[in-house]
Amino acid sequence: MTEPSTADLSAFELAAKISRREIKAVDAAHAYLNRVKSQDAKIHAFNEIYAEDLLAAAEMVDRSLDAGEKSGPLAGVPIALKDNLCTLKGHTTCSSKMLQNFQSPYDATVVTRLKAAGALVVGKTNLDEFAMGSSTENSAFGPTRNPWNPNCVPGGSSGGSAAAVAARMCAAALGSDTGGSIRQPAALCGIVGLKPTYGLVSRYGLVAFASSLDQIGPMTRDVRDAALFLNVIAGPDAKDSTSWPQTPPDYLRDIDRPPEKLRIGLPKEFFGEGLSPEVSKAIHKAVDFFRGHGAEIVEVSLPHTRYGIAAYYVIAPAEASSNLARYDGVHYGHRTAHAEDLIDLYAASRAEGFGPEVQRRIMLGTYALSSGYYDAYYLRAQKVRQLIKADFDHAFKACDVILSPTTPDVAFELGAKSGDPLAMYLCDVFTVTCNIAGIPGMSLPCGFSPSGLPIGMQLLGPLFSETVLLRLARFYETAHDWHRRKPGDDV
Amino acid sequence: MTEPEYKVLIGMEIHVQLATASKMFTGAASGYSEEPNTQVDGVVLGLPGVLPVINRRAVEMAMMVGVALGCQIASQTKWDRKSYYYPDLPKNYQISQYDQPLCGVGSVELDMPDGSSKTIRIRRAHLEEDAGKLLHEAGQPVSLVDLNRAGTPLLEIVTEPDLNSPEEARLFGEQLRQICRYLGVSQGIMQQGHMRFEPNINLHISADGRVYKTAISEIKNLNSFRSVERACQYEIQRQLAEFMTDRQSAMQAGKSTRGWDDDKGCTTLQRSKEEAHDYRYFPDPDLVPLHVDTHWVERVRLQVPELPAARKQRYLQMGLAMKEAAALLEDRAVSDLFDAAVKIRPLPKRIANLMLGPAAKIANARAGDLAATVRISDLEVTADQYAKLAGMMEDGTVSASAASTVFESLCGGEEKDPQVIAERLGLVQIRDTGATQAWVDAAIAHNPQAVSDFKNNPKKKQASLGFLRGAVMKLSQGKADPKLVGELLEKTLEKDS
Repeated sequence: MTEPSTADLSAFELAAKISRREIKAVDAAHAYLNRVKSQDAKIHAFNEIYAEDLLAAAEMVDRSLDAGEKSGPLAGVPIALKDNLCTLKGHTTCSSKMLQNFQSPYDATVVTRLKAAGALVVGKTNLDEFAMGSSTENSAFGPTRNPWNPNCVPGGSSGGSAAAVAARMCAAALGSDTGGSIRQPAALCGIVGLKPTYGLVSRYGLVAFASSLDQIGPMTRDVRDAALFLNVIAGPDAKDSTSWPQTPPDYLRDIDRPPEKLRIGLPKEFFGEGLSPEVSKAIHKAVDFFRGHGAEIVEVSLPHTRYGIAAYYVIAPAEASSNLARYDGVHYGHRTAHAEDLIDLYAASRAEGFGPEVQRRIMLGTYALSSGYYDAYYLRAQKVRQLIKADFDHAFKACDVILSPTTPDVAFELGAKSGDPLAMYLCDVFTVTCNIAGIPGMSLPCGFSPSGLPIGMQLLGPLFSETVLLRLARFYETAHDWHRRKPGDDV
Repeated sequence: MTEPEYKVLIGMEIHVQLATASKMFTGAASGYSEEPNTQVDGVVLGLPGVLPVINRRAVEMAMMVGVALGCQIASQTKWDRKSYYYPDLPKNYQISQYDQPLCGVGSVELDMPDGSSKTIRIRRAHLEEDAGKLLHEAGQPVSLVDLNRAGTPLLEIVTEPDLNSPEEARLFGEQLRQICRYLGVSQGIMQQGHMRFEPNINLHISADGRVYKTAISEIKNLNSFRSVERACQYEIQRQLAEFMTDRQSAMQAGKSTRGWDDDKGCTTLQRSKEEAHDYRYFPDPDLVPLHVDTHWVERVRLQVPELPAARKQRYLQMGLAMKEAAALLEDRAVSDLFDAAVKIRPLPKRIANLMLGPAAKIANARAGDLAATVRISDLEVTADQYAKLAGMMEDGTVSASAASTVFESLCGGEEKDPQVIAERLGLVQIRDTGATQAWVDAAIAHNPQAVSDFKNNPKKKQASLGFLRGAVMKLSQGKADPKLVGELLEKTLEKDS
């Protein structure tokens, strides 16, 4: 076996080699910039690339390490950030015309923590506008393509981050997940994606879509990297009132110790109609693997799953309609060139600045919160939310971890669903309930379709069970090599 | 047509800006600033990605007001978004409290000018953030936005419609301001918008043997007590006139919002019921519900000082006149100083006389010189000094007029001991019977007419006694003890007759 090239190393391996001075940070930076140069013209994972800053920062890391100074756990590791995370550097656009020229005067808490850990930013990645979508086609700057097949979507909304990691244009990336936006693109691009427990990672500096559902999480080559990045970004933040006040554990410490005597639950509602045979086959093979290694496999029921999408498409747009009200052309962001009066300024700026999916969700949410409809929609959706939480509480009495497909099918072709919002919304059918309940969920590669597209397995656990999820996923990963496969370059 | 009998019902909504160091949901400085857009940060500006964090001090100040108004303090309170688009509201929603206000029902006694009081029920009081300001310059095609005020903590207090006249509405506003000042939650400077009033008014008119209720109108954003009273007066007359001309429409119009034009002295329609906003309230997902445990409420309760109403009762019981009590209570620092002095020497009447006499005179004179407010408590005289000087008056060491002179010297003088000052200025009263008797004898010898009047003319008896007493004081150069002088004078005159 030949020594893997620098860009093929996991973030964990790369960080170790850089800190041992086996690889120079500057060389790693060049390796990734070369990947970007050769790949991103067709993939379009990035909205913005900071080549000069990356190299300058890499040189500083090298100088500091050469001088024997103490370094962070990610010293010299080139990463990408979803373009809805605020950064002092460059623009923070949310892939929207509304914020095309917006420059944030501050770094998000996760960005500050990554920088402090020594990570270097390659650039900001494409997304569905304001994270609303499941294919990264709803970007004002054009779609991102799936590195495994550029005719296919990478999933979304963190499609740019997923594609950048899969195509080796960065060692790892951060995404955000409101209804599956980390896990679904991770599954479709054959990488690992973790949506932490709500409150584990500070949302300060994440441009809000649906505040009660949004979480930032790592998108990585393998499970150990997910643990490494979670170690850096998780933990209390006084700037986020919803952040969990306790110090999280070290997720790397026992990452290679297999969990003992685990009961794995298979929710029967996730294995019914609509699940593609190839995905089903891959998932059952994974189940067999766990059974073969002593896990107890139990069937569980999450009876309110069928209401998950409906509840999600009331709660998320309702919060979005309020969160996005600030983009009005008055203080910052896109302002129309032609306005007769104040109302006209608002209406025209927003009509010009927001794409159709964002407008659709703002209208849905405004309607759901309107006087006379609030009880029928928002309040009822909140009740469903309680029922979905209760479903999980009940299921986690019978099992420790829930295993399911991440998506009903593998990546679809560009344009296949863009004319049918409902079909697009159903991409998230297995992922939304996790956000609604606030529990952690992750997706990891578990096979490929006959056409060569990746398949993802989803693991869900009770609140703050990341340690268990990561160790179980790592156990699976070390016995398989799905995560080592990489897309061909000349597709 | 004669004017019918009617009853006025006024409920007030009062916005009090809380005098916290930082804003309601962020660390940006709170308070007045000349330079526009200097009291702002990312949260105030509503930038992408920012999050609100509750200001605990604002919550405590709001609880203090709640306690003072006898409100039930909620054990759990939550935050809601109130949505409307306006350029002075950067997020286009205001964080407020919709259905779980921090302070629930309560009541407060309103002191009436005739000395009686009436109960005003409080419906609720909740916390929210203030908006910024728009500046419209005449002739300019643009408006400017100043967000200095945006995000300032506001307490909105809502009363039941228990105020029955414009005067009561004004008195309530004044007394609420006094309470807020005592609590230290607001300086209550009306010109700076520290308090804003919104009376809701309607009339119950008796005519044709039944009672007609006129439609409620809310008058927005009044920022002086005078405008509260005037706007209510105007609105009563307007509703009455409307009722007289068109009974149906006066009653069925539905609640309307009106603005007050202070120059023209009239209200104008801003918004009728049909145009009412749909604020699309929903719980703010960026904030967690706030749990207020009983220990916290108790700690806050301990921070609440004795309030003006209770102090007033105490002062009246001490024997102060209503007017004196009111004057001392106007400012908490003055009242605190009075209480401190009385605690050292329980001579309330004498201490009050010193404070409202020579002290008030000096404070007023200084205020005139500085063109600023100077309170009695701003003078350099301490509670100890008040107590000592009052004691000296009480035991006859100095006369009332000598005490005034001593007081003047205490203000700004080097010497801090009233006794030493009195001695240095030769103001200590002479209570030596021998010396006083000599002045009495001299006065009697020099004023035969007065002596004769005293003895022979009952009508002039008191006047002549006063005249002789004055003569004695003059001879003693003001040092004789008036009490002793009176005794000796009467004794000597009686003896001679």
